[in-house]
This record gives sequence, structure tokens and C-alpha cells, in this order.
Amino acid sequence: MKILRYLKTDIGGMITLGLLALVTIIVPICNLLVPETSGLHVSTFTMTLLGKYLCYGLLAISVDLIWGYLGILSLGQGAFFALGGYAMGMYLMRQIGSRGVYGNPLLPDFMVFLNWQHLPWFWHGFQWFWFAMLMVVLVPGLLAAVFGWFAFRSRVTGVYLSIMTQALTYALMLAFYRNEMGFGGNNGLTDFKDILGFSLQTDATRAGLFIASGLALAAGYLSCLYITRSRLGKLSTAIRDQEDRVRFIGYRVENIKLWIFTFAAILAGIAGALYVPQVGIINPNEFSPLASIEMVVWVAVGGRATLYGAVVGALLVNYAKSYLTVAMPDAWLFALGALFVLVTLLLPRGITGLLRKKEANR
Amino acid sequence: MSVLESMRGFMRRDQVFDFLIPVVPPDLDLTHGVILYLENLTVSFDGFKAINDLNLYIDDGELRCIIGPNGAGKTTMMDIITGKTKPDSGSAWFGQEINLLAMDEPEIAAAGIGRKFQKPTVFEHHRVIDNLELAMTGDKRVWPTLTASLSDEQRDRMDEVLQTIGLERQAGNLAGSLSHGQKQWLEIGMLLMQNPRLLLVDEPAAGMTHQEMDRTAELLTSLAGAHSVVVVEHDMDFVRSIANKVTVLHQGSVLAEGTMDEVQNNQQVIEVYLGE
Amino acid sequence: MVLLSSRWRCRLLCFLTILLLPVLGVVSSQAADGTTQFEQDVALLVHGNFRQKETAMDKIAAGNDPRAEQLLRALLGGKLYRVKKDGTPVYVTGTGSRVSITAVLSGKDLGTVKKRTLKKITINNRLRGKLRGELALLGLRSPDPGKRLAAVNKLMTSLNPESIKVLEQLIKTETNGKVRKELLTARAIVMLKDPDSNTRLQALTDLEGNLRPTVKNELARLLDREKDKKVRQKGEAVLASINAKIALYNTIEKIFFGLSLGSVLVLAAIGLAITFGVIGVINMAHGELIMLGAYTTYVIQQFMPASIGLALVLAIPAAFIVSGLAGILIERTVIRFLYGRPLETLLATFGISLILQQSVRTIFSPLNRSVSSPAWMSGSLQLNPVLSLTVNRLTILVFALLVFAALYMILKKSAIGLQVRAVAQNRSMARAMGIRAARVDALTFGLGSGIAGIAGVALSQLTNVGPNLGQSYIIDSFMVVVFGGVGNLWGTLVGGLTLGVANKFIEPWTGAVLAKILILVFIILFIQKRPQGLFPQKGRAGAAS
Repeated sequence: MKILRYLKTDIGGMITLGLLALVTIIVPICNLLVPETSGLHVSTFTMTLLGKYLCYGLLAISVDLIWGYLGILSLGQGAFFALGGYAMGMYLMRQIGSRGVYGNPLLPDFMVFLNWQHLPWFWHGFQWFWFAMLMVVLVPGLLAAVFGWFAFRSRVTGVYLSIMTQALTYALMLAFYRNEMGFGGNNGLTDFKDILGFSLQTDATRAGLFIASGLALAAGYLSCLYITRSRLGKLSTAIRDQEDRVRFIGYRVENIKLWIFTFAAILAGIAGALYVPQVGIINPNEFSPLASIEMVVWVAVGGRATLYGAVVGALLVNYAKSYLTVAMPDAWLFALGALFVLVTLLLPRGITGLLRKKEANR
Repeated sequence: MSVLESMRGFMRRDQVFDFLIPVVPPDLDLTHGVILYLENLTVSFDGFKAINDLNLYIDDGELRCIIGPNGAGKTTMMDIITGKTKPDSGSAWFGQEINLLAMDEPEIAAAGIGRKFQKPTVFEHHRVIDNLELAMTGDKRVWPTLTASLSDEQRDRMDEVLQTIGLERQAGNLAGSLSHGQKQWLEIGMLLMQNPRLLLVDEPAAGMTHQEMDRTAELLTSLAGAHSVVVVEHDMDFVRSIANKVTVLHQGSVLAEGTMDEVQNNQQVIEVYLGE
Repeated sequence: MVLLSSRWRCRLLCFLTILLLPVLGVVSSQAADGTTQFEQDVALLVHGNFRQKETAMDKIAAGNDPRAEQLLRALLGGKLYRVKKDGTPVYVTGTGSRVSITAVLSGKDLGTVKKRTLKKITINNRLRGKLRGELALLGLRSPDPGKRLAAVNKLMTSLNPESIKVLEQLIKTETNGKVRKELLTARAIVMLKDPDSNTRLQALTDLEGNLRPTVKNELARLLDREKDKKVRQKGEAVLASINAKIALYNTIEKIFFGLSLGSVLVLAAIGLAITFGVIGVINMAHGELIMLGAYTTYVIQQFMPASIGLALVLAIPAAFIVSGLAGILIERTVIRFLYGRPLETLLATFGISLILQQSVRTIFSPLNRSVSSPAWMSGSLQLNPVLSLTVNRLTILVFALLVFAALYMILKKSAIGLQVRAVAQNRSMARAMGIRAARVDALTFGLGSGIAGIAGVALSQLTNVGPNLGQSYIIDSFMVVVFGGVGNLWGTLVGGLTLGVANKFIEPWTGAVLAKILILVFIILFIQKRPQGLFPQKGRAGAAS
């Protein structure tokens, strides 16, 4: 197996995946089996929080894949994350059925509230889990493919592309804020009851989602590792450094970019889909440019062009965010801002870059 | 065309979208022994004619040097041949069958034209050997690239090229750590991995020591025959050491053509180079 | 808007009235017994029966006493009373059992009295109708053209066939062109109801191209009842041409709103065009520099609340300096280390924008602050009945053009501009020529940031000032720069105005949000065709992209 060979040379990745496996096994056990009185007990709150971080980790990998390895700084990765989340949210909304406040068996509460008579066409099919999962992959994937096809074909690169991606997510945010769009407007989708018949309120379901997030992160990590170590991966770094040269040795740069960009979007979509049932809400804020740019800073902090760096960065920054927004709410944006500046100025290779001194000294 | 018809065209199973069609150029037809035809090419930037009614023919297996003062249009000419710049008028044919003006960079590269840039451009964050691997001829679509692995013949081919460019000992080093001259060679090596019929080499001797220059000259002359080689160069000694035929460009068109001696004694060329 | 403009007109009228009062006093005829004709008429009005009242009314209306209008109006509005005890005619204000009264003749305030002590001067319906006409006519005879104009306008709503005689008479004597035109309109409206079809045809000719809403309504009514084919045809033609004209003016108004929005975009984007275009640096904190400018305006206004206008004028250089210095500080401490790494610059400046936003939130509170507009920027310019331009938007449009012109001159004509352009075109060559590129970078950045500050001053006049002010403009500004072509001032101008106008034209169909989305999609597609924008420029940024 090629992937094992690749993993053998990725020490940071092995450690990360090892820890991930450990956490994915131990945390649910400590939550479900260890009694609450024990010191080893992990509260459901903590487990959910960790699950959220795992989703962020997957999201960070997707950002790293296109930024660190392909040189596309997407300021709109949040759009794909949110779209995946909305697809999942729509499934969860349909599962509520007649248990909503208005008790309408077909229409979600917000539609009843808006006096809608019919379910909009794009809400059909989401009552089936498989269909929703298909959409989790398809919608972000298609959007990325269409956007990428336009952008890469006309060789929009660098900051232009970054701004265009930001505009994309901004436009989507504006659109999703509208009630007429049929996605719940400002409030988004929330009040979920159960997934695949399991109540979202029970610890067991939570644990299941946590394990699913861990598995998704591991799978995402391995697939990205496979891509980056393959010839395609080498090509993508080559494109990052010398796009013209790649073209002159006969590769269709736009196609390579398109596939990787789309794949990253799908990863982000999956991360979003796992995120939504755990936090219990999806709203247009996930589309905000700030959210997307925060993802970039996770990767920058962790160290780009190292997949485990992206995961580490996502965990660290989000832990700091969770801590600071509670302890000193005002300080968080200062800290985030400072993080942007300091990391780009002083730590261009991120935290993991510090650890890889050997390579840095070449 | 009605909507239905266009839909039918869209749905045809034997056709796919343009970007999914693999790059398969027509075979190179060299029946007349000429590999490159450039005829009546004109291109202007903001009113300035960088190339002005240029006519140039390169024979199969020939090593041709192109000289000319700055702004003579040498690099622009290469840009046109490799598809980076589209001319305003004129034609460019590769062999008898292949119209270069209708193709883009990857297609032209796949058709068998390789190019070395003025400034050495190698993938600095990759090892030397990876640089060669990426340049290697083969299926360059996305999926095959993802699953590609090296066969023994391909490894042999890479070793061979490493030997040719004299970088066997640096094979595992990052390309970024190479010296300027070594980067130039690596870039030529990458061209060789592409197995092109025509090599366009822009200022290969720039920034090289004398020994390096000699080796480069040797390398280029050894390539001629199996490949056609077009060298753009400023260094006259270098040109003299490799060329049997020299073309002088001036203000976007051919001023003189012939052996080095003929060219050097050409009155017009002397005027252009030395002033009135 | 219309309200404000009429307020302004009122002010003018008051002023004129004060000027004219002494004159009028002399003119009003002094009756032999020491009381004026007016006073006698008033006495008759207050004490007489309906017939006497009518005579008195007619006389008052025909005279030109300045107190006449108020009197008749009060009579019509039921505010005219007489004191039961001594019969003094008074105006009543207020409701309830105790009301305040003012003497009609002297204008003296007589304090508050019990309502029981007063007797209302009543009129019947016939008188009421007549009174309305007379009130209108009263204004028509006023020596003040403004008042006459107002009177004609009022008359338009209550025209009847009898009005025509008066109108004919007035038209003969009227010297003011504007008033005359309105009188003709009024006459034509009356003529539309004339039994003679030729007269109606004549009226239609007079009404051609008239934009008053009343005219439009009258024409529609005419077409409903008209039997004569010729008149009908003509009427339809006239109405169509009026509608076309209204549509034209509506379009002009839309263009104006678009240009106004565009001028804001230009102001916001032009600083960005400099920093992004000339020195190839993408500054995500640009929006926050705009915000700083807006807050500077707010602070200066807090210091001098008495003179808002002066504060605003002072805010322009102040905001330029504040934002400019902030820009230079950012350049010197952060961006300078990141030249040649555009993506990193983008991230770092985004971080700075977060810090600036949060600082403002901490210092000024997260709530929006409102900045007041000076009087000379409020109100609107009524060009014709369907087209009025708001003065503040007009001012900002002109201001944006001035800023653009100034910047253009600085870059094209001044020594520093030459250096900036030199560095933009070829950095190493410029350095070789002895230009201190680092200093030029800092100055360019300062200039671009300073312009952002000025944009903030302008924006403070249009929206509330809050910590998110800049954020909402940054993407739009980038779109303008990308659309117009990086590093090209003209491109920014044309791009900004075009996007503004396009936005306003799409908005009515789709709503504001969807319009914005469509514009974004359009730009994404536009970039396909012209990746370098409308006016591509070769420079460091151009080469890098």
C-alpha cells in the first residue's frame, strides 16, 4: 500500500493520527462508561467541543491542501463548509417532522412562520439521509467546480483569486440572510431533534458523531497525504512555485487546480455536515468572510504545507478562541488580529515549522 | 439551432467537455525536413511592434543560434512558438500538420516543443530527481498523475538524463540548493525528459563560468541531430562555439542569416551592433 | 426631500415679507375715520350674517392687506373667534376648555382664556367653497412671485370653470415667467373641460411635455370621457410624450443615485487603487482606515457641536492625517517586511483590520454613532416636478470628483507623483536613479490611506458610523479596483461609477441584496474575459498577477 509508505515518512502525521485514534476511542469511553463522579469522566459538553474541533481540523486540512500545497489562498473555504452544513441541516430539519412548534408535518417551522404553503423544490429529497449525504458532497463540489472552472481557466491567480473567493462567500452570505431563499434567513436551521432515528440529545448519539468526526478527519488526512505525496501532489507544489513552468512541460494547470480545489471543497463540505449536528445550528454567519479567513489563520499558525500542522493549528487556535471568548470576550479579536500579524511576520512556517528546524536550515 | 438540438449536442455520449479531452496532437510530419515554419508573424504591444513580419524556418535536427540586440524580439518569438503570446497575424507551423497558433501551452509542450526560460525556472522545493520526474513525458492528465508510479524504464531514463546533465550526485538534493549553472542544466534536463523534437533554449550560458559554459556547449551540440535546437544567446564566444547557422534578429524581423563568419562580416549586422 | 425644500422656500418668503411689511403698511389705504378698510371689513365679517360675511370676505380678499391671508385661512379652518364681551376678533390656538388667543388686528398675544368666553365665527358650505377660491386668488395677487407660485400650485387642486376668467386676467399681468407658466398650465387644465373641442385641443397643446402629476391625472380623466376622436388622439399623444419624459427623468434620477453610490465606491476604492495598484500591496485594513476617517469626523463634531459645518470641513484634513499616519505606521511596522509576498500581506493586514475594529469598539462602544450633517448639505434640489437631487449626495459626488482630480494631479504632476509612478513601473531602476523606494512606498501608502480617511468623512454623511463601517465597503472597493483595472485611477473612476449605476438599475427588479450578488457574479464573469480589468496597466502588480 502506497499510503502506508507515505505515512512512514510523515512522522508528524503518524503522531497526529495516533493521538487522533487514541482520542477517538478514549473520549467516548470516558463519556459513556466512566461514571460522572469519576475524575476520568469526560462531560458531553467537552466531547461535543472536541468533536467540533475535529471538524475544524478536517476543514483546516482542506484549506492547507489548496493553500499550502497548491498556492491558492481561498478566503471562501467557509462557503463550502457552510453549504455542507446546510445540506445536513436540511436533512435534520426534515427529521423534525410534526414535532416542530407549529406541528406541520412537512414544512419546517420557519416556513410556516413565513406563511409558505409548499415545500420549495430544493427541499425535496432531504428527508432521506443518503440524499442529504450526496448533497453534502455534491453541492460544495459543484460550486467549487463551477467557480474554479471559470477562475482557473482564465488564469485568475494570487490575490485576485483570494478576493474573488471572498466575494463568493460574501455573496452567499447575503443570499442566505434573505428569508426568501428558503434557508431560514438570519436564524438559519436549528432545533434539530434526531439523526437517523437517534436523538441528538443523548450521549450515545453525541459519542457516535464524535467518532464519526474522528474517522472523517483520519480519512481526510490520509487522502490528502496520498494526494500530496503522489506525483499530482508534487505537481501542485510545482504549480504553487512556478506555474508557467508546469504549463510548459505539458500539464493542464487549470485542470489540476480544478480537481484539487473541488476535492478540498468536498472535504470542507463533509466537515460542515459533521459540525452541524454537534453544534445544533447552522446559520449564514458561517459564510461570513471573517469565518473563512479564520480558517486560513489556523493553517498559518500550525504551519502550512504540513497536513498535521493544519490540524494542530486548528486545535490550538480554536482552543484559544473557546478560552478567550469566555474569559475575556473583548480580547479575542485583538488576539486573533495579533495572531495574523505575528504569524505572518515572525513565523511564516508556523508552529510546526519551529519543530522542523532541520529542514528549515537547508 | 433549437434548444433541443443544442441539448442533444450537449448530451452526446461520444463527446465530452473540452477540458476532459486528452491532449493528443497529430503526429509530427517532417516530410520536407523542416520542423518549424514561422511566416509573416507580427505582434505588437501597445503599438510597439515586438515582432514585425518575421519569417524563420528551422530544419529537423538543426542547431540554430539566434542573436540580436535587446528588444529584437527573441523572447517574444519564443513566446509565440510556445503559445504564451498570440500573434496579431502570420502563421506558425510545427512540421507540416501542426498549427501552433491554434494550441495552448500544454498542447504545444505535448506536441514536442520544450522551452528553457531566460531565468532558470526549476521547482526549487523539489528534489532534482522529482523535477525530472514531473517533466517526464507520459500521460499528463489529472487522474493518471495521481496514481502514477515510476517504472524501471522511467528510472533508467532519469538516470540517463542525470548523467547527461552531470547532476548524478545532486539527484536527491533540493533544486533550490543548486548553483545557477546547475539549475540551467537541470532545466535542460527537464526539457530532455519531455523528449521534445524541438528545444527552445533561452540564454543557456547566462551567469555561467567558462568551464560550465563549455559543458553546456557540449551538451547542446550533442543534442542536435536527434532534436532540433534553437538557442538564443548573447555571448558571442558561446555562439561561435556551437553554431553552424546563425540568425540575426533586429527590430522584430530577420536581419541576416548564415554561418557565424558570414553574419559577422555582414555590413548591416555590424551597423546594428556597433552603431552607425 | 420635498418637505425640506419647501421649508427653505418658506424661510425665503418670511424674509421677503419682513422686508416688504413697511411698504405694505404704507400702501394699505387709510380710511377717513382712522380705521383702515381692512379693519372695517373684519368687523363686518365677525359680526355680520352670512351675506354680510360674504361681502366682507370678498372685500378682504380683493384688498391687499398682508393680514388677509391669515385671517381667511383661520376662518376656513374654524380658528377665528370673537371675544363675547367686547367683540374683538381673535385667533384661537390649542384645544380643550382653555385656549390661547391672539388679536387679529394687532397680532398681540392675549394670553389664555376660557373657551366659553369666545364665539366662533361660523361659515356655511357655500362660503367655504368660495373662501378656498379666494384664498388661492389672494396668493395669486401677492406681490411676491414665490407666494404667487405657491398659490398657483394650490389652485391647481381646486380648479373650476369659473377660475378661467381670473386666470386669463392674471396671465395678462403676470411678468414672472415661472408663475406665468404655471398659470398657463392651470388655464389649460380648466380648458380641458371646455365643451368646445378646439379649446380642448388648444389646451392639449399647452400641456405638452408638462410634468405635473395633476396634468397627468387630468389627461387620464380626459381620455376616459373624451368622445371627440381628434382630441382623443392628441390627448393620447400628449400623455404618451409626458410619460416618456417622466420615464426619462426617472432614468436620470436612477443614474444620479447610481452615480452617487458610485462616487462613494470611488472614494472608498481610490485609496485602495493606489496601495494595491501602485505598490502592489493588498491592504485588507483599508476599510478600517475609512472607518478611522469617519470616527475622526465624529470626534471633531463632538468637540465643536455648535458649528457642524466647520467641523466637517476641518474633518477632511484631520481624517487625511489620522488615516494617513495610521497607514504609514502599518506600512513601516508590518507591510514593509512582506513585500513580494502578497498573500501574506493580505493576511497580516486582515489581522490589523481586526485589531483596529476591536480598538474602536473598545474606545467608542460597539454601537453606531451618528454624525450630523450641516444645513447646507441637507435638502434637495428640485429640478422639476418629478426630478429632485438630494444635496448631500450631490455634494459627495462633486467631492469625490474633486478628490479624484486632486489625486490625479498629485500623481501626474508633482515630483512625488513622478517618483511613485517610477517605483511602480520599475522598482530597481527607480532605486538606481536615486529614488528612495522605501520612503516612496511609505508615502504612497500614507497617501492611499489618507484618501481612505477622506472617504470616511464622506461616508459619515451618508450612514451611521460604527466599527463595521469599513468592512461593508472593503469587498465592494476591491471589486471596483479589480473591475477597473489594477493601478489605474481612471479605471477606478469609471469602474466605480459604472458599478454604482449598474447596481441602482438592477435593484428595482431584484432588490438590493440580489443586486449586489448579481454584480459580484458579473465581476467574476468579467474577470474571465478581462483578467486585468477595464483598463489594464503594466506594473508590478500587473506583472505579478
